[in-house]
Amino acid sequence: MTNPTSSPPPLVEHLDRGPLTEHEMAARVARDIPHGSYVNLGIGRPTLVADHLPDGAGVVLHTENGMLNMGPAAQDGQIDPDLINAGKIPVTELPGAAYFHHADSFAMMRGGHLDICVLGAFQVSAAGDLANWHTGAPDAVPAVGGAMDLAIGAKRVFVMMTLFTKQGAPKLVPECTYPLTGVGCVDRVYTDVATFQIGPGGATVLETFGIPYDDLAHRLGVALSRQDWT
Amino acid sequence: MNVMTCGDPDEAVAGIEDGSTVLVGGFGTAGMPADLIEALVRQGATGLTVVSNNAGNGDTGLAALLDKGRVRRMVCSFPRQSDSWVFDRLYREGRVELELVPQGTLAERLRAAGAGIGAFYSPTGAGTLLAEGKETREIAGRTHVLEYPIKGDVALISAHRADRMGNLVYRRTARNFGPVMATAATTVVAQVREIVDIGALDPEAVVTPGIYIDRVVQVVPAA
Repeated sequence: MTNPTSSPPPLVEHLDRGPLTEHEMAARVARDIPHGSYVNLGIGRPTLVADHLPDGAGVVLHTENGMLNMGPAAQDGQIDPDLINAGKIPVTELPGAAYFHHADSFAMMRGGHLDICVLGAFQVSAAGDLANWHTGAPDAVPAVGGAMDLAIGAKRVFVMMTLFTKQGAPKLVPECTYPLTGVGCVDRVYTDVATFQIGPGGATVLETFGIPYDDLAHRLGVALSRQDWT
Repeated sequence: MNVMTCGDPDEAVAGIEDGSTVLVGGFGTAGMPADLIEALVRQGATGLTVVSNNAGNGDTGLAALLDKGRVRRMVCSFPRQSDSWVFDRLYREGRVELELVPQGTLAERLRAAGAGIGAFYSPTGAGTLLAEGKETREIAGRTHVLEYPIKGDVALISAHRADRMGNLVYRRTARNFGPVMATAATTVVAQVREIVDIGALDPEAVVTPGIYIDRVVQVVPAA
């Protein structure tokens, strides 16, 4: 679901620095999560976002295996096999936590009750299509989990990924070549090199890190736009 | 009220027939009815369709059932895990069928079976590989996919505590698929850590009412 209400802010090029580290990316995502949001953080890199939510952010974390107000990962003495997150890592509960069964947990998602989910991706298209569950390789064992439910269910879908593969291929693409997780579902893409807003007009660059807009546009094979200071 | 309190897990899984559809609770190992699955391995039913979120961890439980060739077909959302080597091997050798279902659709198809719903339209998966060949319909400007219920012959679930009416309470995220699977099978078997007397559970706190439960067995967790 795109968010057509706000026009993008003017482009900021951060040229006095290199690309963002993984933790800087997580901090960048955390900055855009409004106070009091209900948020689901996908398995892997997006879980780092939790470390960068400021105290008092009032953000309630949802884990799709059936809990709201999940706390940080459990330390040695706290490990309880009955209390895990979607990545099957032992976690803790915060005061005000609630437990529920799987059908309720996904009704929460599909029913549009979660404000934001943050997901990793193999590819995102300029139209907001998401590919993050399957490479389509013939010998791959496919596994989807809750990715498709999250992609179409949360009010806003943030993707957090590196902008290029290790081989240098862009992951923001005109059309996804990997099997889709959801169609037209991505609102924001947070990468090490740039942040993008995805809307009806395609991808707008909000900021860049260590690369000028023109170089970025040249490296990506996607039509980009920018908002200039007026 | 017709709940059978079984003496051990073998008694609890007696009578499961070849070719049955077996719903197996748990998300990873949380809420996994490990003792019932081990009993099912000993019981010997084969040609099974197993419905579970994952497809076994390590070499025990569901993985052991798969390894013994008892499972013809897996219906699950997330078979591939770091320790799912048994399923991965069987799948690559073409010795087990896989129906991959988005996790929320899996839960809702089970819920629908238990609630007597004939089918439902969901936006999850629209426009993806997992919707190929399925009926779709535009509803409120959005593509929805028609999904059918998943009904089990047997459900094997795990809960924290039961009373002798079969009322169940769960603990933390081990609840996961238990409550929906309990509604969705002809025969529902629950392994619990403790069976208490009637009246000992707070009725306000009961998650699965005993009407859904056929057999309970107490399994003392390994120390």
